Amino acid sequence: MISIEKITSSIHLKLSESFSPMIVTLVEMTIIGIFVLTLFAMLGLILVFMERKVSAYMQIRIGPNRVGYRGTAQTLADTIKLLVKEGLTPDGADKFLFNFAPFIVMIGAMLLMAPIPFARNVQIWDLNIGVLYITAVSSISVIGILMAGWSSNNKYSLLGAMRSGAQIVSYELSAGLAILSIVILTGSLKISDIIASQQNGWWIFKGHIPAMISFVIFIIAVTAETNRAPFDMAEAESELTAGFHTEYSGMKFALFFLAEYVNIFIVCAIGATLFLGGWMPLHFGSWQVFNHIMDFIPSSIWFMGKTFALIFLIMWFRWSFPRLRIDQLLNLEWKYLLPIGMLNLLLMTLVAIMGWYVK
Amino acid sequence: MFTEVGTTELGDLIINVGPQHPSTHGVLHLVITLNGETVKKVEPHLGYIHRSIEKMCESLTYRQFIYVTSRMDYLSSHINNHGCALVVEKGLQIEVPERAQYIRVLLDELTRLASHQLWWGAMAMDVGAITPFFHAFREREMINDIMEQTCGARLTMNFIVPGGCMYDIHPDFVHRTKEFILFFKSKLCEYDEMVTNNIIFKNRMQNVGFISREDAISYGCSGPVARASGVSCDIRKLYPYEVYSKVEFTEAIEMAGDCYARYQVRMKEMNESMRIIDQLIDNIPEGEFQAKTKAVLKLPKGDYYSRVETARGDFGVFVMSEGGTTPYRIKFRSPGFSNLSALHHMVKGNKIGDMVAIMGSLDLVIPDIDR
Amino acid sequence: MIEQEKLIAICPGATFAENSQWPTMLISNTDWRALAEQLKNNSEFNFDYLFCVTALDAKTHLTMIYHLESTTSRNILVVKAKIENRMNAEIPTVCDLWRTAEFHEREAFDLMGVKFLNHPDLRRLFLTDDWVGFPLRKDYDDPINMIKL
Repeated sequence: MISIEKITSSIHLKLSESFSPMIVTLVEMTIIGIFVLTLFAMLGLILVFMERKVSAYMQIRIGPNRVGYRGTAQTLADTIKLLVKEGLTPDGADKFLFNFAPFIVMIGAMLLMAPIPFARNVQIWDLNIGVLYITAVSSISVIGILMAGWSSNNKYSLLGAMRSGAQIVSYELSAGLAILSIVILTGSLKISDIIASQQNGWWIFKGHIPAMISFVIFIIAVTAETNRAPFDMAEAESELTAGFHTEYSGMKFALFFLAEYVNIFIVCAIGATLFLGGWMPLHFGSWQVFNHIMDFIPSSIWFMGKTFALIFLIMWFRWSFPRLRIDQLLNLEWKYLLPIGMLNLLLMTLVAIMGWYVK
Repeated sequence: MFTEVGTTELGDLIINVGPQHPSTHGVLHLVITLNGETVKKVEPHLGYIHRSIEKMCESLTYRQFIYVTSRMDYLSSHINNHGCALVVEKGLQIEVPERAQYIRVLLDELTRLASHQLWWGAMAMDVGAITPFFHAFREREMINDIMEQTCGARLTMNFIVPGGCMYDIHPDFVHRTKEFILFFKSKLCEYDEMVTNNIIFKNRMQNVGFISREDAISYGCSGPVARASGVSCDIRKLYPYEVYSKVEFTEAIEMAGDCYARYQVRMKEMNESMRIIDQLIDNIPEGEFQAKTKAVLKLPKGDYYSRVETARGDFGVFVMSEGGTTPYRIKFRSPGFSNLSALHHMVKGNKIGDMVAIMGSLDLVIPDIDR
Repeated sequence: MIEQEKLIAICPGATFAENSQWPTMLISNTDWRALAEQLKNNSEFNFDYLFCVTALDAKTHLTMIYHLESTTSRNILVVKAKIENRMNAEIPTVCDLWRTAEFHEREAFDLMGVKFLNHPDLRRLFLTDDWVGFPLRKDYDDPINMIKL
């Protein structure tokens, strides 16, 4: 059976035969760079199309259906439109920061691609502090958003950026605590270890109630972290027109837009990895036949399936909930999610020490 | 002009909301003074769609001026026309045939339903839920289709003439209306599931934008805004016109005075409107749909005032006649104008997000305010 | 119904119009403020709801028409205050008694040029600040924008 793992290792072998290790590393890095960029573009196109279709079906519409087969080329056409548009820079803006901000957001999203396991043994960089890396790097995007909001010289942008800053900084705590509870169970920060520990069942099932609470907190926190409705305070369309990206146009706006969707993909991928077993097939303890059938499905499909299921969940939130107010948003975090998350972490520690989880 | 607004301190942020802004539903321009996220002062700047309809009407005849008023509150255009026709009929003492009265009231209530549906969608969109808007439009489209079949237009119906209606109703009208009412009754529960009982929505609406009974009266609020504060002000109940005295319905009154109360008043009103339609639709009497009137209408010297209840509240038409074919002076008392004047009172001290919710709950239609 | 004697008692200079839809008081602009205070605060009348404010240009003079309603007794009273001086029309404000009057008076000032004394914020409401003239007056003429029928 062809798998991504075999393709990558055969490329590595072929290269190693004819080049020195230094050059092999350089060539591989280039290939990976191209791969990540392509994946980025593809994700943007697919997720935007998915969002439009999901929203359309929830809103009793059809959605894009003209360009390409059943409208599949619609997002491509939109991207071309955005590419050829003039990227305006307002007169009063801080030109350097204004133009630099979309790239910060974009780079932040790109860096997060590194530790994500796309399939069995397919991971760009399996660093031993993977989870820590994710929580650290995911906060970079807030700097970009603050920069964009401040440098636009627009009051709406400024308000949006300030809201976004308050929101992301506070919700990161909850997301971090939720992630930590899984780290406690596995005892390792390395992503591949975490996946390996889910060989006989996903943590959401094995970890009992604390894991489920963590999962719920994680989903809420990452929805807020990616500035998605019902937590889209930063760009609250009916209040602040478009929030921090009010003044952006053309490709600079598209970069923000793309980064938003890539961020969704990444947080969902992390959620799938930590709680739903990443690329691990669905296994139930001793159901040998069932487990074997599940093993036939390629690991990359498992990973993508789980991730997209979570993405659908987050899109579902967006199109069915009203938006919270800024103070309610912060109350939710500081008064409810954070205390619950901390107690849950203690509970999880107890579960881990006593070994009450399914081993 | 904008910098000298009110008393601003160092650190206050003055923002122009509108005239082009997603939450102002038109070309309303608000200058808001912010302290952080808290709104200190809201000042409406009107006139972006001011067409001086009152002046225009002074040169139109009594048959013509009715149709200009469709362009004021375009969401309850039929009720506006109704009010204007009533004032002409009052002046000329025209007896409107019963069939015409039934048709007018039926269309009034359908208009009210359509207006409230649009408001419901827009209200949900103001607090950030976009999906309900499309659901509201699905039902509203059915009303528009019924209107189109009978009146020939979907938004500005212009179906009323002094003395009755322009045409008889379409043969399908009765059965399509019944079909719609049946359909909408099932959908109204869906509205509740989707928005009314949503916990986020409740949190956004409850205890926001409070206005007391006294303040509501003092600010001249009318319609659902005043009724949510416990003021009984339904013109249909207090001063029944046409067949409203014959139908049974309850005036929707809430005591809380916040956004959620205003929301609930409108939801109840939709039910009441359907109740009125249910009572009337099977009993439309046979007969003329238009009274015989002279070709040229001349109101006797004097002044006339008629009040009707639009979807937004108390709509008044003041006509001063000098005995000629055109009115000497016309004044429209638009409900939105008075409701808007209470905006600052409701908003001050709340957050920006609340301001948007409050504006949604006031159900402002800008052409109605600017005239 | 409100008795005319009671109204005459608080405003001796008033007369009443005949054949009108609602009781209509005709007064002069100088009497308005005192009358308004009585109508609003006197529990006998309790006209707490000002639902319409109309400015009328009667060519020789201006008239302010106030439609008042009591939310308790449901009486309606129309007060017509005559302003003799057309060029410098002035009438006391009532926006401290009925808050809704603030906007209605600004509208009347904007379109009819009636100055409301002691109004807290008397600026043009619909038109731009530099607009010349008062469009709803009968002698207003705008040769460019107005279409004569």
